[in-house]
Amino acid sequence: MAIKNKKLNLKDKYQYLTRDMAWEPTYQKKEDIYPDEQFEGIKITDWSQWEDPFRLTMDAYWKYQAEKEKKLYAIFDAFAQNNGHQNITDARYVNALKLFLSGVSPLEYAAFQGYARVGRQFSGAGARVACQLQAIDELRHSQTQQHAMSHYNKHFNGLHDAAHQHDRIWFLSVPKSFFDDARSAGPFEFLTAISFSFEYVLTNLLFVPFMSGAAYNGDMATVTFGFSAQSDEARHMTLGLEVIKFILEQHEDNVPIIQRWIDKWFWRGFRLLSLVGMMMDYMLPNKVMSWAEAWEVYYEQNGGALFKDLERYGIRPPKYQDVANAAKNHVSHQAWGTFYQYSQATNFHTWMPEEEEMTWLSEKYPETFDKYYRARFEHWDKEQKEGRRFYNNTLPQLCQVCQIPVIFTEKDDPSVFSHRQIKHEGERYHFCSDGCCDIFKNEPEKYIQAWLPVHQIYQGNCGGADVATVVEKYYHINLGVDNMEYHGSPDHQRWLDIKGLKPLQSNSEKKTAA
Amino acid sequence: MSQKVFIAFQDNDNARYLVEAVMQDNPEAEVQHQPAMIRIEAEKRLVINRATMEETLGREWDVQEMLIDVISIGGNVDEDDDHFILQWN
Repeated sequence: MAIKNKKLNLKDKYQYLTRDMAWEPTYQKKEDIYPDEQFEGIKITDWSQWEDPFRLTMDAYWKYQAEKEKKLYAIFDAFAQNNGHQNITDARYVNALKLFLSGVSPLEYAAFQGYARVGRQFSGAGARVACQLQAIDELRHSQTQQHAMSHYNKHFNGLHDAAHQHDRIWFLSVPKSFFDDARSAGPFEFLTAISFSFEYVLTNLLFVPFMSGAAYNGDMATVTFGFSAQSDEARHMTLGLEVIKFILEQHEDNVPIIQRWIDKWFWRGFRLLSLVGMMMDYMLPNKVMSWAEAWEVYYEQNGGALFKDLERYGIRPPKYQDVANAAKNHVSHQAWGTFYQYSQATNFHTWMPEEEEMTWLSEKYPETFDKYYRARFEHWDKEQKEGRRFYNNTLPQLCQVCQIPVIFTEKDDPSVFSHRQIKHEGERYHFCSDGCCDIFKNEPEKYIQAWLPVHQIYQGNCGGADVATVVEKYYHINLGVDNMEYHGSPDHQRWLDIKGLKPLQSNSEKKTAA
Repeated sequence: MSQKVFIAFQDNDNARYLVEAVMQDNPEAEVQHQPAMIRIEAEKRLVINRATMEETLGREWDVQEMLIDVISIGGNVDEDDDHFILQWN
């Protein structure tokens, strides 16, 4: 037969290898097989309308992923063999990786679990296949990130127990609770939260300018895993947009539900990205762009185009977008100022920017840096140089929803903290913003269960009653070695040794010495 | 309001051909060079044609090969055997 050797086109291949491998159940009811598909109120009338624009099938998936992995691991080998860590701009940079490994990589693993779970819960074959591929991607990201950073773990402190720390350290409850919130939601909310709001609208801000920054700071391993992961991300983002369009096209009753989820998950994602803002503005010695500039390109411009496109479905831009846009000139400074003060309880070092970095911040934030932040930072810098490095020993009030300390300021007055509180069934709850307070009001039963690190410490659930015990015994941080001030730390010393071209001790010698 | 679509590639050998092909088919697009990456943006629509890529590369090229070098995209995707299109409606 002539037809036998004809290569299938993309559309036919996709049809054969995804939709045509599904079947209609005969001896079990669909609602029994997919019990979670109904309860959120989303109405799907025709799953066959689901579009996967990349039309990726398993055979092509393995082929391209294998090629990505080969490239990636060749670079990891080269990086390790050539002592790539010695070629980064400055060892302060490694602290961004410590934050990444304990704050972001576990989210990749959480995403893997999330997609594996929801991929089981949709009765549409297209959605199931897309979720399955993404689950494998996310597992790959978690693994490649750990492999990339394991090289740094041989040479710098604080990278030794990221998975344990992710579940315990106070500020890591911010990313952890974000994903736990999504994973404990229904399958459609999970996709709106992660595929759309996070992947499509916000992850560019993490993976594109920050990874470009890693390249600019000589970190070949990180930029390579970052961009390798991001090549999957382009597919995830496309899925995220298609998911939203599909749900909105299925039934008009879906519109208000999706709008509420977009409002919620935009705000949660925006709060989460405060961490990335400070990584870009304060933790990259060579700067690519400021957080405000990244926000303008990747949210205001790209997000603006996106929400204009979604207008025809009756979707408006997320509520409190104006607050988020105004905050772009503040969040990184407020977050870094907080981490600086609480560095006795972080798994990485902090420091005050050097003079030329302060100048850069003044240039990039002409309206805010000198006016609101410079004086405080210069004061802290002076105190540190005179031997009085400032640490704040009062545990902060956390927001019940995003779990970030109440450190952000009012949109119209950067000298006033934004703080909201409400009473629910006799208990008082605190919030960092109207955005988080609204999320609570929509689902108080969910958020009253939040595991808030500060409350837990005070209740005696974190191993002890003083900072040293909690930090060392419960968090597994080596106090004063892995964290606190960068200047004078063992990492700093080691970096000076590397750059001073002194003969280095090998790792085995170092261990014997210790 | 301006509505830009964009695509970002790793700044590597493959991407040079992709950028060349994209610029041939989308002369209005703007190319931005950033550390380790190349970002191309265009108003409303950007197309990558297999035919142009094959001519630029001098070999057969599968549209899905692009998946190896792409970093990020913005816009609705329409892909088939002959092209990859990004657009806003």
